Amino acid sequence: MRGAKPTAALRPTRRHLLGRAAGLPLVMLSPGGAWADSGAELKQALAAVGKGRKPLSGRLKLDAPEIAENGSLVPIEVSFDSPMTEQDRVTAIHVFADGNPRPQVAVFRFGRLSGQARVAIRVRLQQTQELIALAETGEGNLYETRALVKVTIGGCGG
Amino acid sequence: MSTTAKPRVRVPKSVKRGEAFEIRTLITHPMESGQRKDDSGKTIPRKILNKFVCTLDGEMVFTAELAPAVAANPYLAFFCRAEKSGTLRFAWTDDDGTVIVEEAAVNVA
Repeated sequence: MRGAKPTAALRPTRRHLLGRAAGLPLVMLSPGGAWADSGAELKQALAAVGKGRKPLSGRLKLDAPEIAENGSLVPIEVSFDSPMTEQDRVTAIHVFADGNPRPQVAVFRFGRLSGQARVAIRVRLQQTQELIALAETGEGNLYETRALVKVTIGGCGG
Repeated sequence: MSTTAKPRVRVPKSVKRGEAFEIRTLITHPMESGQRKDDSGKTIPRKILNKFVCTLDGEMVFTAELAPAVAANPYLAFFCRAEKSGTLRFAWTDDDGTVIVEEAAVNVA
């Protein structure tokens, strides 16, 4: 294969893989059935939060293990770099999963007394997939970040 | 099926005025996802805690809307800032309408 030019169709996939998950096995290239099924619902859910806004990057952080041995208990943490003052604060963080039967995971909302926008929770992941976090700020900006979690044993049962 | 959810909450013994402190909560609950099937192949109906609300003297601090993708025995750690001592109230709402409530004092040093 040396010297063979990658086809145009392959390039985004390769770049995506290299950027997000350098070194992970090629399992990622063959998404399972549930992935495809929840795809449309995920798109809708993301659009419902985004309302046409273009998500910005930075400030929002999503910490998740690279590899989760047990998909029924995956600790994650979302945080947003903000002083949480009246002028500069995050009002909500939404968490979605693209490989579960349903894409919704949780919505966190922060009041004036939140102090710091940082939340830890434990989630269920049925298979290797990407977690998506969206944050909405008081000024109406939207931020997005993603994290790939490789799941060894799925956690939805059935 | 009665709810036997037991909440546990950890708040620092004393906190500094206006400074963020961490609150950790844990509650026993199966968070039945509605995706599982029993031995006879029948789907076990969904029964989860779908909402969590934390208030300080009545003012909203933090809320969480939970989906079946939240693990059993939901754990939530988040932050709060208090200007004066008061009472934190934590409430979890079950799909069946039950609300489980716990309270804790905040002492501003």
